[in-house]
Amino acid sequence: MPETSPTRSNNFDGWLDSYSERAHTLSVSEVRALFAVVSRPEVVSLAGGMPYVSALPKELLAKAYESMMAKKGDLAIQYGGGQGDAELREQLRDIMAIEGIHASPDDLVVTTGSQHALDLVAGLFLDKGDVVLAEGPSYVGAIGIFRHYEAHIEHVFTDDDGISPVALQEAIDRMKAQGRRIKFLYLVPNFANPSGVTLAKERRPQIIEICQREHILILEDNPYGLLYFDKPVPDALRSMDDNVIYLGSFSKILAPGFRVGYVLAPPALRDKIVLAQESALLCPSMFSQMMISEYLSVADWRKQVDTFRGVYRERRDAALDAMNEYLPNLRTTKPDGGFYLWVTLPEGIDSKAMLPLAVKELVAYTPGTAFFGDGTGQQHLRICYSYPTPERIKLGIKRLATVINLQTELIETFGKKK
Amino acid sequence: MISKSKSKSKLKIQILAGGISHERDISLKSGRRVADALLEAGADVIIREPDENLLSNIKKDKPDVIWPCLHGAGGEDGALRDILALTGVAFVGATANGARLAWDKSIAKVLVSRAGIQTPASVTLPKETFRELDADGVLKAITQTISFPLVVKPARSGSAQGVSVVKKADELARAMVDAYVYCDVAIIEKFVDGTELAISVVDLGSGPIALPVVEVEPVSGRFGYQERYTAGETNYYAPARISRAVAERAAKVALDAHVALGLRHLSRIDAIVDKKGVVWFLEANVCPGMTETSLLPQAITAEGSSLSSVYLSIAEAALRTR
Repeated sequence: MPETSPTRSNNFDGWLDSYSERAHTLSVSEVRALFAVVSRPEVVSLAGGMPYVSALPKELLAKAYESMMAKKGDLAIQYGGGQGDAELREQLRDIMAIEGIHASPDDLVVTTGSQHALDLVAGLFLDKGDVVLAEGPSYVGAIGIFRHYEAHIEHVFTDDDGISPVALQEAIDRMKAQGRRIKFLYLVPNFANPSGVTLAKERRPQIIEICQREHILILEDNPYGLLYFDKPVPDALRSMDDNVIYLGSFSKILAPGFRVGYVLAPPALRDKIVLAQESALLCPSMFSQMMISEYLSVADWRKQVDTFRGVYRERRDAALDAMNEYLPNLRTTKPDGGFYLWVTLPEGIDSKAMLPLAVKELVAYTPGTAFFGDGTGQQHLRICYSYPTPERIKLGIKRLATVINLQTELIETFGKKK
Repeated sequence: MISKSKSKSKLKIQILAGGISHERDISLKSGRRVADALLEAGADVIIREPDENLLSNIKKDKPDVIWPCLHGAGGEDGALRDILALTGVAFVGATANGARLAWDKSIAKVLVSRAGIQTPASVTLPKETFRELDADGVLKAITQTISFPLVVKPARSGSAQGVSVVKKADELARAMVDAYVYCDVAIIEKFVDGTELAISVVDLGSGPIALPVVEVEPVSGRFGYQERYTAGETNYYAPARISRAVAERAAKVALDAHVALGLRHLSRIDAIVDKKGVVWFLEANVCPGMTETSLLPQAITAEGSSLSSVYLSIAEAALRTR
């Protein structure tokens, strides 16, 4: 034995006793680590919700860049206002009008992706233990934020027509009976992440009516609405009620690398969002905002969105065809836009527990548990078809079928696990 | 103190990190940490992925030594080490044969047992056994021989992935499924209640030496994946809070296991000391973690050496034992 120094205790985090309670909600996960293999070309990733940015001609961006720098280069590399660039907010009015929203640019705040808008709004409203109502399943990035603010996420039954008004009322009654304080209803009404479903037109006024009656704020998150395949989505909930907080994004209709999103909110709340944003960031990136503003001016951005629709439609078809061919007995949603299929697995299979086997078979997906704040969702998984080519989607789903068959055999060998 | 490198020349070292195993993320972190330490020691370092360009990169980089920081299958199962041997370039760590023997925990247990080292009673079964025979009957037979609590783990895997502690019969089937998703062979082992120890072994050419024993105390009581790689979730004690006699026994177990498995340059032996002071061998790691929370770097620091100096010495030892 070599000579040693005196015993030293080490937990590799000298500030462990100093963290806020919130910080303890953050830890590494085995699932996250498994996703590290996704970057290897051998693995077909049906996991991450990445837009296919290769379908965006880079000349369009180069043209916007040159024009922007020539006209307002100094402004683009300077600090800006906390509410965001005024010209871009004017342009956003036209984009929102496509989904029936007629609002003043003065009520808009540009943010660092709509994810930051979500964080700002959550920070303004949520205290520990407050209730957030959400679709079941719901967007993993929103769940992460709500958890970080130590909110209780109450999922509301959602079917192929979106969130159920009946189930929403039941959830509200249940929470009220428990004496809990509901802060808002979070919704992704169009081609939802992860389910791919769209809230039916006739349900929209019902949801609004319930929330108005119960004095519950609606947070409408709409990154996918313009990416429809066959017919435009129904008008936004915000178009029916000025009190709805509306989140939009350029991540899916342009590119996520710019990190530009926006939030439309009633004036009093807008002011608070601006103050919160200034406190956190001073201002969103002027460079990104002006690039996008110029792109909207000099490029035919609507045609580009059409191009994206065509790409994603082809990939959705490839995914559904492959599901029919290799996994015909599994139930999947059939989205009319967006990026995702939501698959229900045979009884007894836990998609999170199965993921290591999938990685071994060189395919990755997102386990259903990621989309629930209450630990459920084991029997589901999300397939994202936006990024891989149709051929790779087919190969990935073929591999997924092998994985599911192997896991089914294993489960049958040992009986149902639960 | 481990003897320090006296080299003045600039050693060219290619680090292999990443790979396609379940431990890719940890491998990338280990590779980065080893690279940082070697750069500090003055070595010329390049990090590469073990992909289709592996052989062409070796030709292009012309390293003096290759350091595989690849955890899990591919890095520890011997396959890559066979390829490295074919290139004729010196590499750090076990030979392909040594890696194969250590990588499969069931084989390692047999070999160390033959060398007189105690290892918990266990049964090793491929999943086909359960499929072909009556699974319930087999599980029942096992639990009649090895009493609860049990540990179920994949025979070939790392970072505690797929490992479950099973306290009662109705938890066993699920634990088997969780192990088999990582590997087609699983070990059902008697759980030993005691203090978890990690003993790192370094051999710079004049025989293996055991570094100070590191004690592992997970806050949750279980040293799983999250506890291993989230700072603050495990308390480590280096040297371990054990008597000198137990520390010496642990060191002997580690050295004997290192020799019995035919390992070289470096290894980490995981063991547990029960309440009677018996040291039980659990597994050997031919490519131990080198991240900021990993056990081998802690042992080097506890010994009073610097990572950069010891890593450079290990690379030089590899060059000498090509």
